[in-house]
Parts: sequence; C-alpha cells; structure tokens
Amino acid sequence: MPRLDMTLQELKERALFVRRDIIALLARSQTGHSGGPLSSADFGTVLFFHEMNVNPGRLDDPSRDMWHFSIGHVTPVIYSLMGERGYFPLVDLLQFRQFKGHLQGHPSKHDTPGIEVSSGSLGQGLSVSCGMALGSRMDRVDRRIYCVMGDGEQQEGQIWEAAMFAAHYKLDNLCGIIDYNRKQIDGDVQDVMGIAPLADKWRGFNWHVIEVDGHDVAALLQAFEQARAAKGKPSVILAHTVMGKGVSFMEDDYKWHGIPPSRDQADQALREMGTTLDEWTERLERFTRQEVAPGPRPTS
Amino acid sequence: MTGATPAAPKAPQAPSLGKPEMKRTREGFGHGLVDLGERRSDVIVLVGDLSGSTNVTFFAEKFPDRFIQVGVAEQNMMCIAAGLAATGKIPFLSTYGAFASCRSADQMRVTVAYTDLPVKIGGAHGGISVGPDGATHQAMEEIAIVRSIPNMKMIVPCDYWETRKATVAAADDPHPNYIRFGREPVPVVTGPETPFTIGKANVVREGDDLAIIACGVMVYEALVAAQELESRGVRARVVNMHTIKPIDTDAIARAARECGAIVTAEEHQVNGGLGGAVAEVVVQSHPVPMELVAVHDRFGRSGKQDELMAAFGIKAPDVLRAAERALARKRAR
Repeated sequence: MPRLDMTLQELKERALFVRRDIIALLARSQTGHSGGPLSSADFGTVLFFHEMNVNPGRLDDPSRDMWHFSIGHVTPVIYSLMGERGYFPLVDLLQFRQFKGHLQGHPSKHDTPGIEVSSGSLGQGLSVSCGMALGSRMDRVDRRIYCVMGDGEQQEGQIWEAAMFAAHYKLDNLCGIIDYNRKQIDGDVQDVMGIAPLADKWRGFNWHVIEVDGHDVAALLQAFEQARAAKGKPSVILAHTVMGKGVSFMEDDYKWHGIPPSRDQADQALREMGTTLDEWTERLERFTRQEVAPGPRPTS
Repeated sequence: MTGATPAAPKAPQAPSLGKPEMKRTREGFGHGLVDLGERRSDVIVLVGDLSGSTNVTFFAEKFPDRFIQVGVAEQNMMCIAAGLAATGKIPFLSTYGAFASCRSADQMRVTVAYTDLPVKIGGAHGGISVGPDGATHQAMEEIAIVRSIPNMKMIVPCDYWETRKATVAAADDPHPNYIRFGREPVPVVTGPETPFTIGKANVVREGDDLAIIACGVMVYEALVAAQELESRGVRARVVNMHTIKPIDTDAIARAARECGAIVTAEEHQVNGGLGGAVAEVVVQSHPVPMELVAVHDRFGRSGKQDELMAAFGIKAPDVLRAAERALARKRAR
C-alpha cells in the first residue's frame, strides 16, 4: 500500500530523522549542501510520508504521483527522504557523492532508481513537471505532480516560461513548492537579485498561490489539501522556511548553502537534535535492506 | 564491398543530377510525423510558434489532441518534452535548428540527454537554407553541439524521403535524437524504398579511387562532383553519412582502406562537424589524406541558399577541387 497513514507527531519526528540523516551523510561525505536540505526537510517529509502516493517497491506503478526536485543540489534531503521511505537501504546514504555509491551530487535517474528525471541545472524542473502533468492528463491518469523549486531559482527565466505554460493549459494536477528560505549562494536573495513580491508574481501568472510556514507540519498538511482542491489552475506553495533549520549555528546563514559540516560540527548539530554522530551513523549502517525505515515510537 | 556488411545498400536508381526533382526536407519531417501519428498513439508533437515553418501543421490538423503549442519558449519546450517522455510519450519538438541546438543546449544536455529520455528534436531550417534571414537564423553548429553530448544521436538526412524515414525511425529508438533538416527544396537523391537505418551509412555511388563522405544536401553536391570526376577517369565512392552520431565507423574505415583518400562535405562549420567526426575514425583506423569541405569558421549572411553555398565554398565545384587535392596527396605518398 503506497500511502502511509502517519500521525502529525510521527511526521514531525520523521522530519527530525531526515534532518539527522542529512547531517550524518554530509559528515561522512565532507562535500555537499547543508542549508537548503535542512530548510526543505519538513515539507519534504510531508510530501513523502503523507501527501504523495508513491510506491518505492514498484517504481513504474502507473498510479503513482510524480515528484521532481528542480533544485537538484538539495540531494542530501532528497536521498534522506528516499532512504527513509524505502527507495533504497538507508546505509547507502553513507556513500553520498562517492565514486562507488549510487548517490550522485545531483539527482541522476540512471544512478538512483526512483528519480524520474535527472536535474541539477536550475530553472528546468517546472517545465519538466509541466510535461509530466500534461502527459498524465492526456492519458487520463489521476496523478499529481509535485515540483520543488528554490527561491533563488526564481531568478531563472525558464521558470516563468513554465509558469505561463502551466496556467495556459490549466494544469491543476501540478503543484509547485518553493523553498522560500531567502538565501542563496552569494547572500540574501533580496540583495543578490530581488524576487519580491513573489506571491503576486505567481498570482499574476494565474496560479493558485498558498503561503505557509514551511516548518509547521500541520499547516503544510492543510496547504497541500488546499492545493489539491484548487481546480482549473496549477497551485504553488510558498513555503516560508529558514535555511539550515534545526541546527543553531547554520540557521539563516547563507554561508551554509553549499558546504558540509565538519565531523565535529556534525556531532554538535546532532547533539542539538538529541543524538550523536556515532549513534546516528550506526543507525544508518543497521539498515541494509530497502524498506520504510522503522520510525520513532509514537509516544516517545 | 566486403562481406562483413551485407546490408550496405546500393543506390536504388541513379538520381538525375542534371535536373533533379526538388523537394523540401521539412515536408519529409511533417509527413513522417503523420506516418507516425497514424501508427502509434504515444507520439506527441510540440512546437515553439513555428508550426508552418516546420511543417508540423500536417500532424496538428490530423491529430489535434496530440499537438502542443508551447509558444516562443524553446528551453521550456525541451524540458516539457522531457516530462512527457517521463510519462511514456514519444515527444517530437520542432523549432529552427539555430534555437533547438543553441538556445536550449543546456536543457538538451542535462534534462534530456543525461536522463536519456526519448525526446526527438526536429531542427528545422538547418544549415544556410533559411538564406535571406541571415546569420542569426542559419544553423551551422548543430552537429558540433549535439555530437558532443553523451546519449544523443545526430541525424542529417539528405533529402525528402530520407528525412521522412529518419523521423519514423527516430520514434523507434528509445534514446534522444536530433534530426536536422532544411527549408528550401533540395534535390531528391533517394527513393521511398531506399533502406534507412540510424547509424548505418549508405553507399550511393561505388568507386575506389577516392571516397566522398557527405551528409544532408551535400550528398547531391558530392554526386555531381563524382560524375565530373568520372569524366576525368576517377572513380569516386559517395557515402551518404546520414547519421553523424553514432557514426558508421566500418563504412569510414572501409572507405579509407579501399579508396586511400577521403573528402568530407557538409553544410556546417568545419569545427566539430562531419569532417571532424570522420577524421576521428580515419586517424584511428587507416590514416589517409583527407580534405574537408565545410563552412570555415564564419557566420552566415543574407542571400539565396545557392549563392551562399557558393560563397562559403560548399558547392560541387568546391568538392571537386577538394577531391583533386586529396588525390594529389594520395599520389604523393
């Protein structure tokens, strides 16, 4: 049964697991992005463990929802979500960005089964998702398409070509999510190249716009419900987030966009999250089978 | 011919070189799409506001539900095609080659080719066939760009029939393809029965003094040059290298070995084009003197296709001169 039935508390705790995975895999690889993956962890968890109908045991399940991260650089969160959800054994996370592993720096369909389309060059994913949405509608498949974008990515012109297309063809099976953490590699988005007023821009392109606290799991559940209910136009969720969310020394600091924590920093980060680097690495090493990783105790 | 390649086809009939039938290759693309539309329901056609120019209107009129207008947004179109392919469709997109190959090169590389999706790119108005529009719209870099990208196949049909067959053949290939065709009517040198297999060159004229390996409209120019060479006592083999990637290494190595000199002919920049692709095989198999007929590192300009080809040095007389140079070098060895 693809869809899981998780409580709010279980979702929150799973999001914490995903954050721990992100830190542990970055500590091992010593290469990769920290900030965006942590800001995406909560809505990512809601997507993978509640909202989406996915079937890691049967990747070509014709009834599956399709997801696509246009921001390919947030692979730490993508892979953590995939591992936790059972696309591959969690232990594989420890080979992130390694030559021997199957987890490329940016998502690669042929290296990592479950990735629908490879990504990594910014600005292209919403167009890809438009194609998925249109193709699904042509086949009369009752499927939703989820496309995760970055806020800095909104500076890419192709995003707006796709925005125009989706509205023109009334792709209401398409849901965009923007990780609006207000930071990009070179600094604050508003200083690098302002994108405000972002909600108005999307409304102007005739999309159904939903703004939400991207770390409030209950609110996120409602936001996705609202997007599902919107008919005749595509929806976009502006998830207001904090870069590096969950790690005190990373939060809201653009310098953490593209670098990993040192092992000591990772251990400190994991202690803030109630575990240690050794303990969490050992947890990952225990899961050598492809399965939905056992979650936290509901009442713990 | 060696026995190793029994499928190597002969020319079905000697094309009339003096006054050949003229037909547009883009019509071959348009008719090929209709052939496909009738045969399979998974073929989708996308266009970037150039329906008439690319002749996809033929398809749009018969299969409106499978025709997608994207507007002037080539990068978007490339990636929408990728998304459609991810849902099991065989999308054909079409715009001018200048834009398909350059404007959306990143999208072709990362989204389409890296994912290895069966997106079919119809590069219309390839080469200098869009003459009067000038340099911006003339496409002379597509071969270099496309053949440098892993997983991509690059097809440059020589005439109407071959474009039609290449279009149909592309749909059966589960990988991304780029098909380059032109605007103006060009001589018909193949027929409906001429075999066409992606990656398998056709010998359209036999000979073993020299080989002319050509693609696109230059196949005709090569045949004209070969006819003149015959009157000078030189038997020139003409190879229609309609697929630049994967290139037919056997046909090239055989031409080098059996003819001892090679001329390549293409309506494309000399850098990274057919000539380079052939040379890569020749130097690694059987090095022989080679001459490259191509556009030499310059932009186009407005004019008629014929006068531009003459100005850029890619008409039959240029092929002939290149052949004489190659033969002289062969004799001097």
